Amino acid sequence: MTATDQQVAEQPVREEPDTTVLRVANLRVAFAGTEVVKGISFSAQAGRCLAIVGESGSGKSVTARTLVGLTGGNSRVSADAIDLDGVDLLRTGERGWRSVRGSRIGFVLQDALVSLDQLRRVGDEVAEPLRVHGRGTRRSRAAKAVELLDAVGVPEPAVRARQRPYELSGGLRQRALIASAIALDPPLLIADEPTTALDVTVQAQVLDLLAAAKERGTSIILISHDLSVVARLADEVAVMRDGEIVEHGPARRVLREPRHEYTRMLLAAIPSAHTRDTKLSRPTEHRPQRTVDRGRPVLEARRLSKVFRGPDGVDRTVVDDVSFELFGGETLGIVGESGSGKTTTARIALAILAATAGEVLLRGAPWSARSVGERRPLRKQIGVVYQDPLSSFDPRWPVGRILTDALATGTRPPASKAEARGRAIRLLEQVGLREEHFDRAPLRLSGGQRQRVAIARALAPEPSVIVCDEPVSALDVSIQAQVLDLLTDLQDELGVSYLFISHDLGVIHHVSDRILVMKDGRVVEHGSAADIFERPQHEYTRRLLTAVPRLELK
Amino acid sequence: MTVKTLTAAPKPALGTVLSLLVVTWVLTAALAPSVLTDGSPTAIDLHATLLPPSWEHPFGTDDAGRDLLTRVIHGSRQSLGIGLGATALAFLIALVLGFTAALAGGVVDAAITRVLEVAFAFPALLLALLVISVRGPSLATVVVAVGIGSAPGYARMVRGQVLAVRQAGYIEAAAALGHSRFAVIRRHLFPNAVRPLVAVATLGVGQSIVWASGLSFLGLGVAPPSSEWGALLDAGRLHITTSWWLEILPGVVIVLVTLAVTTLGRTLQRRLEGAAR
Repeated sequence: MTATDQQVAEQPVREEPDTTVLRVANLRVAFAGTEVVKGISFSAQAGRCLAIVGESGSGKSVTARTLVGLTGGNSRVSADAIDLDGVDLLRTGERGWRSVRGSRIGFVLQDALVSLDQLRRVGDEVAEPLRVHGRGTRRSRAAKAVELLDAVGVPEPAVRARQRPYELSGGLRQRALIASAIALDPPLLIADEPTTALDVTVQAQVLDLLAAAKERGTSIILISHDLSVVARLADEVAVMRDGEIVEHGPARRVLREPRHEYTRMLLAAIPSAHTRDTKLSRPTEHRPQRTVDRGRPVLEARRLSKVFRGPDGVDRTVVDDVSFELFGGETLGIVGESGSGKTTTARIALAILAATAGEVLLRGAPWSARSVGERRPLRKQIGVVYQDPLSSFDPRWPVGRILTDALATGTRPPASKAEARGRAIRLLEQVGLREEHFDRAPLRLSGGQRQRVAIARALAPEPSVIVCDEPVSALDVSIQAQVLDLLTDLQDELGVSYLFISHDLGVIHHVSDRILVMKDGRVVEHGSAADIFERPQHEYTRRLLTAVPRLELK
Repeated sequence: MTVKTLTAAPKPALGTVLSLLVVTWVLTAALAPSVLTDGSPTAIDLHATLLPPSWEHPFGTDDAGRDLLTRVIHGSRQSLGIGLGATALAFLIALVLGFTAALAGGVVDAAITRVLEVAFAFPALLLALLVISVRGPSLATVVVAVGIGSAPGYARMVRGQVLAVRQAGYIEAAAALGHSRFAVIRRHLFPNAVRPLVAVATLGVGQSIVWASGLSFLGLGVAPPSSEWGALLDAGRLHITTSWWLEILPGVVIVLVTLAVTTLGRTLQRRLEGAAR
């Protein structure tokens, strides 16, 4: 059975009266001759949510932009029909699009900071659709904006309406953007990755907001790469890959009994409690038993704190009395939302940043207390992998030079050029790359390959600890799975310890032996992964855990 | 050659090709003027004064009967030399000031930045005039004057560039690997900060040629028997009402060479920026 057959078979039975808001048939979008959306069909019903999921490059965002006529200049769009409540959008022209945007289709983008005009007041931005479509007077619009902000759960809406977008937190901005999108109560709301930039607790609030809109009869098209977010909201799921819909059906069915191999792979790749001690990209394979050396900790933080003085002269305690021990062959996860101080803690552990108080010991010896010069020869014992590998590579250097440079800083620097090259190639093979990547510029590698090079560089000096700061947060779920597997494989093989920083509870649960939960610079809870996830003691941890959208698998 | 390789390396624009031709011509004129002309730039022929352009004298002759094209060709070595020398000097000063300010920070940075701002507030030509009035006009003085005059602008660019590159992830990554501060500066900071400025320097060469010509025209640059382009303009000034070619043709050469160098500089800039991204 082909994907198209499934689609036809699983279209929900049309109830009377017809609730179809949008019908798209055989949509094709090409940029400069390259087709990125290859003939997809779907429809959206009132009071229901269709989720289009896929990884980067699948064409899901292009599809969303096409529906509001914002595909851009050098694109070619064709379709048998793009039908919005009986209006053929394909033949409507720019003027037609403008009358539809805002009033008939609301559009919520991923990054509210970019989408809102920084120089205008939030209230004006929220009321913008009303002004464009000529509704109300200036005064009535201002009142309506406050009402809308209140409706999307913005506290003190009258105050917020007078502020500018940069004065608001990420969650509030995203809510203001949604308020603007629903200002004219459009029958269709298109949300392109509406929660991707948000912390889990805020994400949960935004999803509730979208669910409320759905309850009121709005039709929602949700674009997302995150299957657990989709599970929380969608009634119907379409899985896109390379511009095609490979699977389409009711959400419960697609997420519980995926038929297409790609959907199964996507679901298996999501790290969570269920995936502990297994390989994400090879789900049948289990991690071998490991031994954690509980003797002397390889990395030890004693009562760290860090105070930054803000431009207003007020001191802010970013890290407050944080202590931990990391043992040989162990992974210690630090989880927290943005601003919790986890990255600052990592930088102090690396001794790139000096703590205001407290001390870090590396293999039982003073580390943070030493001078820069004394520390330099010891740096080979501690490596680092960043979230964005590309910016951590000198843009002039090919992969080979990056690795040989790192090898030269190690315990056993290569004696000759030939030896350096040989060992760099062995490192590449160790992280799943090949000799051909030696001369490649990092720019010409994929995101996953770049992170593999970054891991190889961290391994080159043969460290006993690697600090991983959000190492998989910028990667697609299937690539993320491979990189996480690589990290655990390397740990099993080399016995290296990881200090693993992430905002993603699933990732943290998957990799960590022990976990620190941070909030506002403090460790609110620490314990084994099982304790934290199954018997959370602190109220914040519980709130964090319930906020995580979860796939309810059997 | 297949179509594929053609698309991989974009076809150079017409402007780039023409600019290459002009630059090749002026380089030949500077390095081996006898290839382009067999006459002497100082050969006086009083029977052939102020002749308009003809086949025999494509650029005409001046009031002493000297062939103008020959003089332009022989003058290119000085003009180009001033352009390159002044830009090199300006960049040397700019690198020292820019790096010192950005890396030292604090009081040093504040002091250098203030001085640069004051210097920047002066028209560069005025700064150059100051140097000349102290040292008296000569070829070397013109190079120093134009170099000092254009240094503040470049120094600000260097400082900004260093500050930006210092924030880059690979600088921290190199430090985290245990490289010394000096090694990080030498291997990462310096090349990455300076690379985009190479193209800016090329643009500066054209500008320096124009400034040097301007100074010579004012009689503050290279003295008349020399055929430096600005000096040619100065000499032709007396006959501008009767013999237009003495002003127009050297002027056109200055414009073309400046335009060509600038065009090549822009092309270079795009290439380098593209590679750095």
